Amino acid sequence: MKVNGVEHPEPVDPRRLLSDHLRHDLGLTGTHVGCEHGVCGCCTVLLDGAPVRSCLIFAVQAEGHDITTIEGLAPDGAPLHPVQQAFHECHALQCGFCTSGFVMSVVGLLAQHPKPTAQEIDEGIAGNLCRCTGYASIRRAVHRAVELSP
Amino acid sequence: MTTRWFGAPVQRLEDDRLLRGRGRYTDDIGEGALECAFVRSPYAHARITSIDVSSAREMPGVVAVYTAADLPFGDVDLPLLIPHPNLTHGRTQRCLASEVVRYAGEAVAFVVAESRYVAEDAAELVQVEYEPLPVVITPEVAARAEHLVHDDVPGNVAAEMLQETGDVGRALAAAPLRKSLRLRYERAAASPLEARGVWARWSETERKLTVYDSTQSPTSIRGGLAVLFGLPESNVEVIAPDVGGGFGPKIMLFYPDELLVPHAAMQLGRPVKWTEDRQEHFTAVNQERGQVHEVEVGFDADGRVLALSDEFIHDAGAYTPYGIILPIITAGQLPGPYRVPNYRVRFRDVYTNATPTSPYRGAGRPHACFVMERTLDAIAAELKLDRVEIRRRNLIQPDAFPYDVGVAWQDGNTVVYDSGNYPELLDRALEKLGPKPEGDGVGMGVAVYVEGTGVGPYEGAHVQVLVSGKVVAATGIPSQGQAHRTVWAQVVADELGVDVHDVEVTSGDTRRFPWGVGTFASRGAVTAGNAMHVAARMVADKARHVAAEHLEANPDDLELVDGRVQVKGSPSRGMPLGAVAVLANPVRYAFGGGTEAATQFSARPRPGPPLGDGEQPGLEATGYYSPPASTWASGCHAAYVRVDPKTYRLEILRYVVVHDCGRVINPLVLQGQIEGGVAQGIGGAFYERLAYDADGQLRNASFMEFLMPYATEIPAIEIDHIETPSPLNPLGVKGAGEAGTIPVGAVLASAIEDATGIPITEMPLSPLRLFQLST
Amino acid sequence: MKPAPFEYHAPSTIEEACSMLASLEDAKVLAGGQSLIPLLNFRLARPQHLVDINRIAGLDRIYERDGGVAVQALARQAAVEDSHHAARICPLLVAAVRLVAHRVIRNRGTVCGSLAHADPASELPAVLLALGGNVLARSVRGERLIAAEQLFTGVFETALAPDEVMVEAWFPELVGPYAILEESRRHGDFALAGVVRAGDSLALFGVAATPVMADPQTPAAGLQPSGDLEATPEFRLHLVDVLTEKVFAA
Repeated sequence: MKVNGVEHPEPVDPRRLLSDHLRHDLGLTGTHVGCEHGVCGCCTVLLDGAPVRSCLIFAVQAEGHDITTIEGLAPDGAPLHPVQQAFHECHALQCGFCTSGFVMSVVGLLAQHPKPTAQEIDEGIAGNLCRCTGYASIRRAVHRAVELSP
Repeated sequence: MTTRWFGAPVQRLEDDRLLRGRGRYTDDIGEGALECAFVRSPYAHARITSIDVSSAREMPGVVAVYTAADLPFGDVDLPLLIPHPNLTHGRTQRCLASEVVRYAGEAVAFVVAESRYVAEDAAELVQVEYEPLPVVITPEVAARAEHLVHDDVPGNVAAEMLQETGDVGRALAAAPLRKSLRLRYERAAASPLEARGVWARWSETERKLTVYDSTQSPTSIRGGLAVLFGLPESNVEVIAPDVGGGFGPKIMLFYPDELLVPHAAMQLGRPVKWTEDRQEHFTAVNQERGQVHEVEVGFDADGRVLALSDEFIHDAGAYTPYGIILPIITAGQLPGPYRVPNYRVRFRDVYTNATPTSPYRGAGRPHACFVMERTLDAIAAELKLDRVEIRRRNLIQPDAFPYDVGVAWQDGNTVVYDSGNYPELLDRALEKLGPKPEGDGVGMGVAVYVEGTGVGPYEGAHVQVLVSGKVVAATGIPSQGQAHRTVWAQVVADELGVDVHDVEVTSGDTRRFPWGVGTFASRGAVTAGNAMHVAARMVADKARHVAAEHLEANPDDLELVDGRVQVKGSPSRGMPLGAVAVLANPVRYAFGGGTEAATQFSARPRPGPPLGDGEQPGLEATGYYSPPASTWASGCHAAYVRVDPKTYRLEILRYVVVHDCGRVINPLVLQGQIEGGVAQGIGGAFYERLAYDADGQLRNASFMEFLMPYATEIPAIEIDHIETPSPLNPLGVKGAGEAGTIPVGAVLASAIEDATGIPITEMPLSPLRLFQLST
Repeated sequence: MKPAPFEYHAPSTIEEACSMLASLEDAKVLAGGQSLIPLLNFRLARPQHLVDINRIAGLDRIYERDGGVAVQALARQAAVEDSHHAARICPLLVAAVRLVAHRVIRNRGTVCGSLAHADPASELPAVLLALGGNVLARSVRGERLIAAEQLFTGVFETALAPDEVMVEAWFPELVGPYAILEESRRHGDFALAGVVRAGDSLALFGVAATPVMADPQTPAAGLQPSGDLEATPEFRLHLVDVLTEKVFAA
C-alpha cells in the first residue's frame, strides 16, 4: 500500500487493524485510536481520497490503495494545510487527540462540499467526537478553512 | 514599544506539532515495548475461589502473567491519598484482587506479551473462578445496608460528616414557610478521548526507571514509585507527555497499571507498555456524581432563604482512594453565591459495588449547584415569584467580600469567597439572553454558581534565559489541553520583556521540574501561573543586577524590553538578554555562544570573586507559589430551550455564559475552556449516563451507547466576562477549567421544567425520562 | 479490543467467493465492515474465516434495472448518496442513506451490508420493505431473488444461507409522496423508532425484531417492541404514533 505517497510492503498479520499498522508498524502515530469501534473518529484517514475509519479496516485490506494520514497533509517544514492552519487560527484544538481525525474529516467534507452550509458543516464534523472544545471553535475553523482553501 | 502578552488572544504555541500529527502521546512511544492486557472481574461483587494462569503462560508470545501472588506488593493496599478524620472506614483496593472483587472491571491478572493482540488472546485463557456475592448498587441501596460491600464496614458507611453554621433547627422552626425536596444526580464519566496509558523502561546499568504516564500528576507518581521500589527519587523519571484530555480521573493514583507496568519493566528488562482500550476505560477509570439529597429550606414571603438543611448520600463506589474530597466540596459549595444565614449539611459517603469515584470536571459542584438552584426554583414556584427575582433577592452583594460561608473547604481552611460580583453576572447574562423566542414548548433556565479554584498546596517553576536570548521555563504540572505552553509563556514573556514565541515551556516532566502537585481543581493558572510569574520576576531582577554592573547603571534604572536590558530613557545603553545570560555565568573556557565575554581576561565590572557571596551562576531562577486560600470564580448561565411536546427531543435555542475568573491571561484559551465545559455539561445533563443494572453491570460501556454529544447536539455558546481580580495572588487570577460544566444541569433542569411543566428533581434527563415523568 | 484470530481470504471473483463460503466452516462475508469489524474488535463475533469480497472487480455498480435502481454488493453508501440514478429513480433511498451513521462511515459501509446485517433499528431494511424491493443472493448453487418481506427473519437474521452472498439489492421506482423519519438520540445514531412512507404504505423500524409494514391508521397495532436504555416499549409505541402522524402530514 502507498501511505503518504510512499510504497510500503504488504502487512503480514491479517487481523492487524489499519490503525495499528499505521501507528506501530509504520510509525505514523499522528493517527490516533480513541474507541476502536468506529464512533469517535480519532483514527480517520483518507483511503483513496475519502475519509474512513482506520480502526474499521484491516491493514491487509488497504493493500493496493492510497492512504493519506495527517502526516501526509503538509510535509515537514512546509506551511500547514489550509485545514490545519484554520484549526490553529481558530483555537480548534485543545488536547490534540481528536484533532487528526477532525482534520481528515474536514478535508473530506471540503472535497465533497467546497462551500458547505452551516448544516453541512455540522453533519460533516458530526461523526467525530471532541471532549475539549465543545465544537464551536471547530465550526469556526471549517468556515476559516473555506476561506483559506485555494 | 513593548507588547503586553498577559490578556492578549495569543494563538497557541503548542499547535503546530499537534496539527501535523507530531504530538507524542503515551501509546505513541514504542521502542520495542512489550504490550499488556488485564483480566478483569466480570462480577460486581464476588469471592475469587481460584485463578489458573497456566495456559495463558504457555501461549506463544506471552512473556509474563502476574496475579497478586506473583507481586512483592501483592498484599499491600494501594494508598489512601487524602486521609481525613471523618473517613473512619477508608478502604483501597489492591493492585490485583486475589480474594474479593468489589466492582465489575476490577483487575485480577495482568498479561505481558509481544503484542496487545496476543495479550488479549492470553487474557482469555486465564481461568478465574468466582463465587458471586450480593451486589450493592445505588447510594440508596447502600445506605439501607442489607448487604455489605466490605465485611468490616458497618452500614456501608465510609465517612459521615455534619457541619452547621447558625442554628438551623431554630431558624427552620421560626421560618414563615418551609419546603422539602428530594434531588438525585446519577453517576457520570469524564471520557477523555485518549484513554489511559503507561510506558516504562528500567535501565539496570543506570538503575534508573523512566515512566511515561498519561497522568495529571507525574510528580506524585514519581514519589510513589520511588517509595514502592526503594529508589532515590533522582533515579525515577516520570513524564506526562501529550495527554489526550484528563478532566479529573487521570489525577487518580495509583491505578494498578501504574505500578504493574514499571514492575514488569524492571523484572523483564524490556520496555513495557499498557494502553487502555475504550471498553475497559468505562469500568476501570474512576467515575463521579452519584448523590441523593434531602433538602429542607425555610424562607420568608419575599423568598429570602432563612435556613437550609441538606442531608445527602454520596456514592463512593467500591473504594475510597481519594478520601472524602468530593462530598466535602459538595457540602462546601452548596450555598453557592447565595446568603444562607443558617446552613446545616450532613453527608454519608457510602460504598457501592461500582467503580470508585474521584473528581471529574466540576467535582462535587454540579450536584451542589443543582440542589441549590432547584431549591430556589421551588421557592419561586411556591411564591409565584419570578425565578430571576428570587435569585436577585438572595445573592451575596458585591460589598460583602471576603465572605465566610462557615463550612469546611477541601484545602483544610473554611470556605471564604475572596471577591466577586454576582448580581452583575446575573444582570449581564439576562441582558445577553434577550427576549424569549416564540413558539410552543419553549422554556428559560438560569443558574448562578461559584467555584473554589486554585487550591494549594503549591506549584513551582524554573525559568532560564539561554545565551541565545531564548527563554526556557518548566513547571511540574502537566497539560491535558489547557494550553500551558502558551499561557505560561505569556506570563514569563511579560516579566522578561521578550517575545512570547521566544519562550519554550515544558510541563509535567520531572526531569525538568521535579516538584509540585498536579493539574486538577482548576488550579493551574493560580498555582503554576503565579509560580511562573515569581520565577520570571526573580530572573528579571537578576538580569537587571548583572547588567547594571556592566552598564554602570543602577539596577532600578534598567528595564527589560524587546529582548534587551537597557537604561530607561536611553535604550542605546543596554545589552541583549542573551549577553546578560553569558555574563551571569563566569566561565574559564569560551565554549561558543558569545561566552568569551565571561572568561577571566575579559573586562570585569567589579573586584572580588567572579561569583559574589550568595550569588548563583546562570540567568535562571526557581520560584514557588503557595496560595493562602482558594480563589473563588463565579458565573451565570442562562438558556432558552425547546422541548418537543411529543418526542421530548431537546433543542437548545440559546445558551449564554457570563463568567468571572479574575484577570484573564488568554481570552482565546478561556473561551475554549468554557465552550468545552458547557458541552460536557450538556452531555452530562441530557445525553450521557452510566447505566448500571442491579447486578452492577455497566450496560452501556461503549461510545455507541454512552452518548457523548457530537457537534450536531451542541449549540453555539454566547460568552461574556467580568473581571473581579483575586486579591490573593500577584496575577489576580482565578481558575477557569471546570466552570463551564458546573451549572449546566441546573440550567437545563430549570429550562426543561419551564418548557414542559414536568417537575425536574433528577439528573441526567433524556427524552425517555421526560416521557416517563409526563405519563 | 483487538479481534480474535481468523483466517483471511480475499477472493478476486464472485465464483471464488461462493466456493469459499461453500467449503469453509464458520465463515463471514466482509464487505464494508462498518458493523462487522466493531463486533470483531469487541470479540462479540469471532468467525474462523473472513471472506473479504472487496477485491472482486465490477461488483460496485449502481444502475437502472427493471424500473428500479440496483445497488451491487460493493457500492458504498456514500456512492448511493451521490448517485444520480438513485436520486432520480428512488430519492427515498438517498434520503434514508443520509440517515445512516455519518459520511465517514458511509464512505466504507455498503447498502447490501446494511441489509445483510439486518439491525432492526436500521433504516435501509425498512426502505427495501416499504418499497417492495428484493435482493439477489448468490452461491455455488446458483442465484435466487429474495423479496424484502422474506428477507428479514429476526434480529440480525436474514433468509440468506451461510454460503450465500448478497450481490445486489433492488429498489423499485416510487411514484408518489415519500419520507423517512426517525427519532434517534444523536445525529447518526440508530433509531429509537422510525417510519418510512412510500406512497400510501408505511414501514416501521426499530420497533420489532425486523422492519414491519403497518396500517397508517393504526400503526402501533399488534406491535410488541423491546425496551432498552433509551426507549421502553411504551415510548416506542408512542413514537410510532407521533412519527406516523408526522410522516403523513408532510
